[in-house]
Amino acid sequence: MSALNLSPNEWQAFRLSLDVAARSVIFSLPVAIAVAWVLARRRFLGRTFVDVFVHLPLVLPPVVVGYFLLLLFGIRGPIGGWLKHTFDMQLVFTTAGAALATAVMSFPLVVRAIRLSIENIDPGLDEAARTLGARTMDRFFSLTLPLMAPGILVGAVVAFSASLGEFGAVITFASSIPGETQTLPLALYAALQIPNGEAAAARLAALSVGLGLAGLLTSEWIARALRRRLGR
Amino acid sequence: MLEFQASLRRGAFELDVQFAAPSPGVTALFGRSGSGKSTVVAVLAGLLGAERGRFAVKGHVLFDVAAGIHVPAEERAIACVFQDARLFPHLNVLGNLRYGLRRVRGRAAPISEREIVELLGLGPMLHRRVHELSGGEKQRVSLGRALLAQPRLLLLDEPLASLDAARREEVLPYLERLRDEVRIPIVYVSHAFDEVLRLAEHVVLLEQGKVLAYGSVAQICLEPALHAIVGEGVMGSVLEGNVAEYDAAEGLATVKCGELNLRVAVAAAPRERLRIFVPAGDVVMALGEVKGVSTRNVLPVEIVRLEPLEGSVLLHLRTGGRALLARVTHSAVRELRLAEGVHCFALVKAVAAQGRRFERRAERVAGG
Repeated sequence: MSALNLSPNEWQAFRLSLDVAARSVIFSLPVAIAVAWVLARRRFLGRTFVDVFVHLPLVLPPVVVGYFLLLLFGIRGPIGGWLKHTFDMQLVFTTAGAALATAVMSFPLVVRAIRLSIENIDPGLDEAARTLGARTMDRFFSLTLPLMAPGILVGAVVAFSASLGEFGAVITFASSIPGETQTLPLALYAALQIPNGEAAAARLAALSVGLGLAGLLTSEWIARALRRRLGR
Repeated sequence: MLEFQASLRRGAFELDVQFAAPSPGVTALFGRSGSGKSTVVAVLAGLLGAERGRFAVKGHVLFDVAAGIHVPAEERAIACVFQDARLFPHLNVLGNLRYGLRRVRGRAAPISEREIVELLGLGPMLHRRVHELSGGEKQRVSLGRALLAQPRLLLLDEPLASLDAARREEVLPYLERLRDEVRIPIVYVSHAFDEVLRLAEHVVLLEQGKVLAYGSVAQICLEPALHAIVGEGVMGSVLEGNVAEYDAAEGLATVKCGELNLRVAVAAAPRERLRIFVPAGDVVMALGEVKGVSTRNVLPVEIVRLEPLEGSVLLHLRTGGRALLARVTHSAVRELRLAEGVHCFALVKAVAAQGRRFERRAERVAGG
């Protein structure tokens, strides 16, 4: 990092980005596993609706997603108001809020990756496990989860990388507060707004490119290693 | 003893099946594809519920629709070997073998890992990943995994159907050892009658979801219902008996089947129990006792029944209290005036009769 000569502010934006991305993955992963499993394995009324709804952030302008999050999670919003009232917890203008916004934006990517890996599992294996005495939860942890692992890991890495770059939803919902919600892309944008900010912007851009590349390479490497292990 | 009775409807398909099977012993479910064999397996395993019926193994009721009993698959202790092995790809061979063993939950576990590894020759592959195994090796691991789950019943659902001829021959001897050494009732599903002839003691003949016939392999071999399903190559009669004498120099065993002494070209030890399959197409009919023929068996027979087939006639014969089948042409029937009640001779070549050892050995692997 010293090679890049990062200023304390830029360094802060970098650490904050990692923090937001990590929280975002931790929030979205359990929900994404559940949703992916339901979409891959269950047939129910309204399945198409759920499928479309999950994919909505992919096609909506991120600002629109941020706007809806404000409506729902704002202090006067139905969920935000309840959180504030019950737990004295506020999401707007906070790091947790930035994590929520990036989680929603990257959610479809995680669900897609996990769902693909579930659809690759032969349902016959589940039957075999049943005849060998494994009950429902036992089968999920001893069979389905390990076989989903490639999808979960790839999904997590992709979501982490994508979260590092989320701009529109974060700035709309959580604003751009240095040290609180100003992640790398937001800091980069802010640097471009001030005179003589070009050098800082270039450093932040280089950092973003590096992180993105590292994320993609990691995900590819994990996917390959796991596929080899499962013999696919 | 296994008692099974179930009926259900799935779309246009209706299943109504009832049979009883001895324990230990191999009962074959035989029929064309689509006859309902796999549905019966799914109902036996508990993967599919029946609308009416009852199923019990050695007094344990696994379902009784009228009494509202339905033990789910994971509590039944009925292990299954599927056509496609279904090994768990994230576990190695040992991990697969132990999957069921770890979930025995308080039931007695008389079948040990060591016995199974030896019985199925799994020693050299225990630490290999399952995708490195050949088709035949996969099925052996699948058999071991099922047996180590300490099942009260073992279901083999076409375990050889996806293997080529060479791999089939590689796995069949292991299935024979299993039949002879494991004290668990086995239900063997197949659409290949040669497998049934080699492995099973009893046969349930299925067609369109109904039982057409049920009985010992020897009885089923005489069933016209079977002849309507199988090819002419596997039509024939099954005779079981003990080796009275073995002439090692000639390579000829004399097998005593009731009052009948049959000479068969097969290596065997005296007193060993053999199952002999006499293909109907290899039996020659003669009106008088012919001299100067190479055939080692010239048997006095009585024609019991004529069963017309396409292009030939199947003669049901009786000799020394045993049944024998001979397949001859329509013109032979006309010229020799073969008819019910006619006494004549059947010529059976010692090399045409296929003899295989078939006996329950001192049970090494306890089970059950």
